[in-house]
Parts: sequence; C-alpha cells; structure tokens
Amino acid sequence: MSELNLEVQIGSLKLKNPVMLASGTVGYGNEISKFVDLSEIGAIVTKSISLKPRIGNPPQRIVETASGMLNAIGLANVGLDVFIEEKIPYLQNVGTILICNIAAGSIEEYVECTKVLDSIDTVKAFEINVSCPNVKDGGLIFGNDINAVRTITEQVRKVTDKPLIIKLSPNVSKIADFANAAKKGGADAVSAINTLVGTAFDIYSRKPKIKNITGGLSGPAIKPVALAKVFEISKNVDIPIIGIGGISNWKDAIEFMIAGAAAFQLGTINFVNPMAGIEILDGIKKFCRENSINNISDLTASYNLK
Amino acid sequence: MVIETGSVISNIKFASNVYLLTVELPQIASIAEPGQFCNIKVSGNSYPLLRRPFSIADVNGTHITFIFNIVGEGTEILSLKKMGNRINILGPLGQGFNYSLKIETAVVIAGGLGAAPFPFLIKVFNPKVEVLSFIGGRTENDLITFGMKNIFLSTDDGSAGLKGTVLDLVAQNQNLFHTNNTKIFACGPTPMLRAVKNYADKNKIDCELSVENVMACGFGVCQGCPIKKSNGDGYYLVCKDGPVFNALDIAI
Repeated sequence: MSELNLEVQIGSLKLKNPVMLASGTVGYGNEISKFVDLSEIGAIVTKSISLKPRIGNPPQRIVETASGMLNAIGLANVGLDVFIEEKIPYLQNVGTILICNIAAGSIEEYVECTKVLDSIDTVKAFEINVSCPNVKDGGLIFGNDINAVRTITEQVRKVTDKPLIIKLSPNVSKIADFANAAKKGGADAVSAINTLVGTAFDIYSRKPKIKNITGGLSGPAIKPVALAKVFEISKNVDIPIIGIGGISNWKDAIEFMIAGAAAFQLGTINFVNPMAGIEILDGIKKFCRENSINNISDLTASYNLK
Repeated sequence: MVIETGSVISNIKFASNVYLLTVELPQIASIAEPGQFCNIKVSGNSYPLLRRPFSIADVNGTHITFIFNIVGEGTEILSLKKMGNRINILGPLGQGFNYSLKIETAVVIAGGLGAAPFPFLIKVFNPKVEVLSFIGGRTENDLITFGMKNIFLSTDDGSAGLKGTVLDLVAQNQNLFHTNNTKIFACGPTPMLRAVKNYADKNKIDCELSVENVMACGFGVCQGCPIKKSNGDGYYLVCKDGPVFNALDIAI
C-alpha cells in the first residue's frame, strides 16, 4: 500500500494536512493545546488582531440557536504589541503553521498590522478578516464592498510576500465576485465563510438575546450554506479555497474538500469538543485508506455533477 | 482540565424542580477544587450544540455531584439521565474559592440554585472555621439545604424562615460573627450578588462571589462570558478568570 500523502498546497503555503483551527476559536493557542497536540494540526489561525487592543462588546455576547450559536464578541483582542510580546513566544513552539488573522477599522490599519507582523518569522501567513459582522468600524463595511476587498488585498499585498488569505463574508449576493476581487488584488487564497448575520429575541421581554442585537451565526446550522458558497467560488474562480462553516466531524470535512476546498477550518466545534481537530484528522486518514485515496489533495473539487 | 466520559451513578429529584446528579468521574474528581465548574454535553449529537456549565456541588471519592433545575431544553435532557447513562464532561474549569485562609467564620450566602457550589466548599474548610449558611429563595420550594451547615432560611413570600431577602437574614444575624475575621462566600442571582457586594463593601468584610454567565467553551477561547472589571475598562472572562471573583474586582 502506498503512503498516504496528506499535504495540501494553498498558494505558496504548504500544510502537512488540511486541518486548520479557525480564528476566534483557539485564542492564541495556549488553551486548546491542553487538549490537542497542535503539532499534529495543519495550521492554526489566531484570534483577530488589531493595531490597538479591543475590549470587545458588553455581555450578553453569545446565544445558542438550533444546532448553532450567535456570537457578537466584538473582536476582543490584546492588540498588536501585546500579541508580539506575550503570545508569539508561546506560539513559536507549538510546532504547527501559524497564520495571523488581522482585523482593522481602516485600510491603513490592515497594512500597518501586516507590515509589523511580516517581520516575525513565526508568522507564516496572513488571513485578512474583512467580514466580521459585529463591529461598527471595518468588518462588514469592507466585507460587502467589492472594491474595498480588492483595495485592501492590494495594499496588504504590497507589504508582505507571505501567503495572503482573504476571509470572505457570506452576507453578499455573489461570493464568487468577492473571491475574484481578492484574487485580482493578489491574494493566495480565500477562506469561506465567516459567520452569517443573525439575531434572536426573548419573547417575554421582547429584547434581543444578545446586546449587539445581531451576531454571527456559526455551527452545524450553517454548513449547507457554507458548502454552497465554497462550491460557488470553486466553479467560478481559480483560487485555493479554505472551507469553513459548521464542520463537526470528518465527514463534514471531506464534504467541504469535495465541494472545492483545498483545506478546511474548524470553528465552533472547538468550543464543544476541543479534541475535534485530531479526531477529524484520524477520520479523514481512515476514509482515504478505505477509499484508496493516496493524495488527499485529489479530493479538492472532486464533485461529480453528472 | 480534562474531557471525561463518565457513568451516571444517580439522578435524584429532591425538590419540585431540583435534581442531584452524581457521575463517576475519577480524573475530574481527583483535581477539582470548590467553586470550580464542569461543562456538560447533555446529548450525543449537535442538538443542543453547546455544553452546559454547572458548579461542582460535591466530590466524594471518584464521584462528582451537580445540582441543577430545569430551565430549558439542555437541563430537561439532563433530568432524564438514568443510572448507567454515559455523559461527556469537561472539567474542572475556572478559578474556585480561596478557602484556606485564616478566618474564624465563613458566611455562606446562597440564593436559590446558588447553593450549588457550597456542599464541597463547606466540606473542605478547616474544622475550626465556623460556617453560617444563609439560604434564601422566592418560596420554600426554592430553598436548597443539601450539604449546608448551621442553616438560616429566608423566603420572599414568608413560606419558610424569615420573610424577606437573604441579606435581611444576614443583617438580622450579624451578631453571630465579627466582621474582621469573617469571609463571605456568595452565589445566587445577580441582584442578590450586587446586594451582597454592597453589604461586604459597607461592612469591610472580605467577600468572594461565584457569578454566572452564558458561555460556550468554558475554557477561555470563545470569549463569550465577559464580566466588567471594577477598575478601568475591560472585562474578565467568567469561565477562566472566575467563576469565583473577589467582590472588589468586578462590577455587577
């Protein structure tokens, strides 16, 4: 039996396997590493970093919904300086590819953050968050403006040669157009999808269940939407896709790869089962062996529409 | 902090809506501290999706006991667990009570289901520490005295004990303790905790509060459970920095 090759290529970024842990669901790596040997994982994407610290939104920030959850954390993060001083030293030793997710309120802030982090060897790639639905400045204002996505990508591209991933919003009419804008701006890949805007009300108090009124929906509930978005990009734009949205087990992960994803990220499931990354990796290995798949990358966009 | 799947030893309904769930969890039991909590997956599938946080009520050998009432679908499913059922539990989580201090009196204040973390706490106090338990509820049915010592009761409707708040009850019995070598340990609804904090501030009594918040992960990554710091901007996370806080550190 030939050796199973789990390596995947995302633009110029090579991962030892397609399992990635999504931004905002693994903090800065230290908590999740109590459950998972991160060196087994393809890559981790750190919580969105902004130039200055953000305290985040007031409570209530989250609410559970049918097979999902709404969150409006508000990009709470330690800021670039503390990230570099306190978080990077730990992340240097986790033995996996480190991708920094960057959120910003202006194009200049995206560029500044990227420029500073570009000089740090431990940071192997960037994921640019143009799609957070929970902050007033930046976030979706950029995420559903196709010109803004293109401009941000172009400007960030100018200050780094490291792999550049643009994290796209599903809250747009045609996501493939946004993937195309990212490609034209010089992105190596897109990740899709960020959360879907949603809300929930208490029927007795008639108040929104989260303070921000709307939040981002994630979890198994959004998986079919996410798959459709990945498929749409795959059919229309020649760019590597990192699939995200409600993956809870190895079957979900394989499904995303078939729909067009070169790799995938685990998000909400990390909250429920912090060992999911390893369990999913084991599951896809078994699937590949049982189905005589020697290169996992052969799964990408292998859909059969006949 | 481990993920452990354990068998239900017993699940006893002991008041109108209150359950005492005991699970065999040797790993968690060996490292649990009073005031910590566990995040419980009540079903084996994605509905309900998230774990549910519960105080560790008591530890006996390899057994951990939780006290809960039915407030929604998650706790309803939990109430149906039978002996031998397997439950996936993440714990122990968070920061517990600071109980190994030189105090003469521990004033325990519990509102309703806020009694949950105290049986374990009361058990681990130095035997020289006098424990006074003040337990309040809306009606007699809300009063949980399981594992408590030297019990004083109050109810909003007067159906048991003093008619009034649990703080009225504490004030009425203030002659039983000296403020300078006493520590308050409180858990209950936010208005009660606010009143306890004010009382402790006013009387300069050291005070720890166990607070509640909606949470997803329970170990600090989702950042879903903020509580305002008393000084300056920003939040602590209830799951990781709490659930037990010194009353001086948080704004409630």
